[in-house]
Amino acid sequence: MDDRYSLRFRGPHLLGIEGLAPYEIQDLLDRAEACVDVNRGLADRRDRLAGRTLLNLFFENSTRTRTSFELAGKRLGADVVNMEVATSSVKKGETLIDTAMTLNAMHPDVLVVRHGESGAVALLARHVRCSVVNAGDGLHEHPTQALLDALTIRRRKGRIEGLTVAICGDVLHSRVARSNMLLLLAMGARVRLIAPPTLLPGGIDAYGAEITTDMMRGLEGVDIVMMLRLQLERMQSAHLPSIREYFRLYGLTRDKLANAAPDALVLHPGPMNRGVEIDGVVADDIDRSAILDQVEMGVAVRMAVLDALAGPDREARP
Amino acid sequence: MSRLLITNARLVDPVAGTEQPGALLIQHGRIAALGPRLGQDGSIEAERLDAQGAVLAPGLVDLRVQLGEPGAEHKESFATGALAAVAGGVTSFACLPGTLPPIDDPSMVEFVARRARRARLAKVYPYAAITKGLKGEQLAEFGLLREAGAIGFTDGHQAVASARIMRRALSYGRLIDAFLVQHPEEPDLARNGVANPGPIAARLGLTSVPREAEVIMIERDLRLARATGGRIHFSRVTTAETLDAIRRAKAEGVRVTCDCTPHHLALNELEVEGYRTFAKVSPPLRAEADRLAVEAAVIDGTIDAIASDHRPQDQDSKRLPFASAEFGVVGLETLLPVALRLFHDGRIGLPALMSRLATTPARLLGIDAGTLAVGAPADLILFDPNRPWKVTERDLHSASKNTAFEGRLMMGRVETTLVDGRVVFRRDQTSSGSED
Repeated sequence: MDDRYSLRFRGPHLLGIEGLAPYEIQDLLDRAEACVDVNRGLADRRDRLAGRTLLNLFFENSTRTRTSFELAGKRLGADVVNMEVATSSVKKGETLIDTAMTLNAMHPDVLVVRHGESGAVALLARHVRCSVVNAGDGLHEHPTQALLDALTIRRRKGRIEGLTVAICGDVLHSRVARSNMLLLLAMGARVRLIAPPTLLPGGIDAYGAEITTDMMRGLEGVDIVMMLRLQLERMQSAHLPSIREYFRLYGLTRDKLANAAPDALVLHPGPMNRGVEIDGVVADDIDRSAILDQVEMGVAVRMAVLDALAGPDREARP
Repeated sequence: MSRLLITNARLVDPVAGTEQPGALLIQHGRIAALGPRLGQDGSIEAERLDAQGAVLAPGLVDLRVQLGEPGAEHKESFATGALAAVAGGVTSFACLPGTLPPIDDPSMVEFVARRARRARLAKVYPYAAITKGLKGEQLAEFGLLREAGAIGFTDGHQAVASARIMRRALSYGRLIDAFLVQHPEEPDLARNGVANPGPIAARLGLTSVPREAEVIMIERDLRLARATGGRIHFSRVTTAETLDAIRRAKAEGVRVTCDCTPHHLALNELEVEGYRTFAKVSPPLRAEADRLAVEAAVIDGTIDAIASDHRPQDQDSKRLPFASAEFGVVGLETLLPVALRLFHDGRIGLPALMSRLATTPARLLGIDAGTLAVGAPADLILFDPNRPWKVTERDLHSASKNTAFEGRLMMGRVETTLVDGRVVFRRDQTSSGSED
């Protein structure tokens, strides 16, 4: 299994989907596939990361992503430590690089970092010797989310290549949208970005996605509908006039979903704002919604990433 | 008083627009004579300096330098700033009022003038604020500040946001024919922006400063200048549309001038890849089409001057996530070589280029510099435009090392700088030197 000459994820960090070769994405998805049963308790791999230390460093609150990484680490036998950043020295004005160097001196094997600023995780990675996983940085990337979405799609549809995927909502402020767009395009899917004009970053059309501001047209015939979370403070910043208008124009309802392919799947990275970007009826439709699958695949994908970065075949890499 | 004869030089006179081999005689700190045959008969008794064929030109006059004194001396003091200046061939510069506290009071202007004299290197001319405390609310005392020695007025890295205040400043400034310098950015549109809008900022997840922020501010102020008859200068213009607007206004007789920076002249938005905070400048580095428009405007004279926009930042201000890092790059020591690229590309002659770097900025500031005229102060530089070198931060004399050109190969570098006829910098003596 550990053929050192095969095309595998190279590491040493996972900072974004950008820069990953399609075969690396493939490798991580294949590894994650194998982790699904472990996550379900059908197999035990507690030896894989025995003796390794995983440090969760979250500068932004996130219960689900942090818990997902914590479970992933523990299911592979790693020691998992959660840094409570809100109560740490960061609040006392310590710089990110000082924090990085302090943590580096504690010799973790993997650092999982979430930070509110674009590029912060890459900056931190330059100042530590261990592997770093980006668990979301500012408006930049959230690579494990894109991988878990891809795994969810692959398991439900049997493939990614050739599918049409709509990514809908606040693209401007969404790292999930950026990572997903890059991954899906790299794997041969067609991507449509659907957003109000004020929530589309200028120049995003350079990467090969189709862009539309009309949700009904954008959803036509798509195989996957990926909804994005809308931050409610976008009203104050005048990106949008009101929630009810947003829901009318961009909220995913049964009516709008009817425009997609008959077996189209609905994804959402959570936490959902029901009645804002998605109608509760759609979110709870077990035939269409893959939202709970995503949560499950999240743990499997993170197991695969941790294993690839700190597991036994890391040393076997040429 | 001693006399110094610089022989075997290539005299570049931006005022006359000429370039010829010859010699130049300095007496009592001023230019006494110059010409192709000067001193060849051996009749002049003077100390001699053999230029070995180097270009002899007026010292550069820099419209825009931020120092850290008072308040942030660790970033750049008068002493280190003035040394960096002469090492870059800048013999006169105007320093911005954005210090702690800001230069908005006659006593502060006098403080700067006094402290700067102590360094006895480059000549330092302080700007004063347009508005008290740089707050954009109340006009500073233009008259008293001018009496104290303020060379011009600017709110530095901030725009005067209020159209009403700017109109009053332009109108009241006519009293003393004030040189008013505006930062070209509509602050509400530019708010929180750190990069040029486009594919790179979109992918990196960086918030952007729309190009319209610059165009709107400049078009607004051009109208106000036209209406009041006041004199306006835009520093660091970066977009093609802005330059078109300025070009039109100049043709219509509006009293407008502008400058660009070496970084906007030589670099584009690609530099921010990898979240390089040393390429985080204000306004942001723009797209290649805009950079080309800036080049063209320097050549056709729409851009009157090239200013270093020297803004020293220490490591702690730059080693941060991109959005949190401070704006700015050091530029005094790379101003000439970066500008020389246009000359090496055959796009502009040396006299014209030197006029953008010395003569015009001196005229804008109203100081006696930027010329090889007999009787002018002997603020001079010697450089070999063809000498290759590589920018390395340890070679910089600035207290801060935040250059956008680290590791770049350059052609041409100042070897000797004279201020009032006195050699204040000589590269072979002061540089550790990695001239590879």
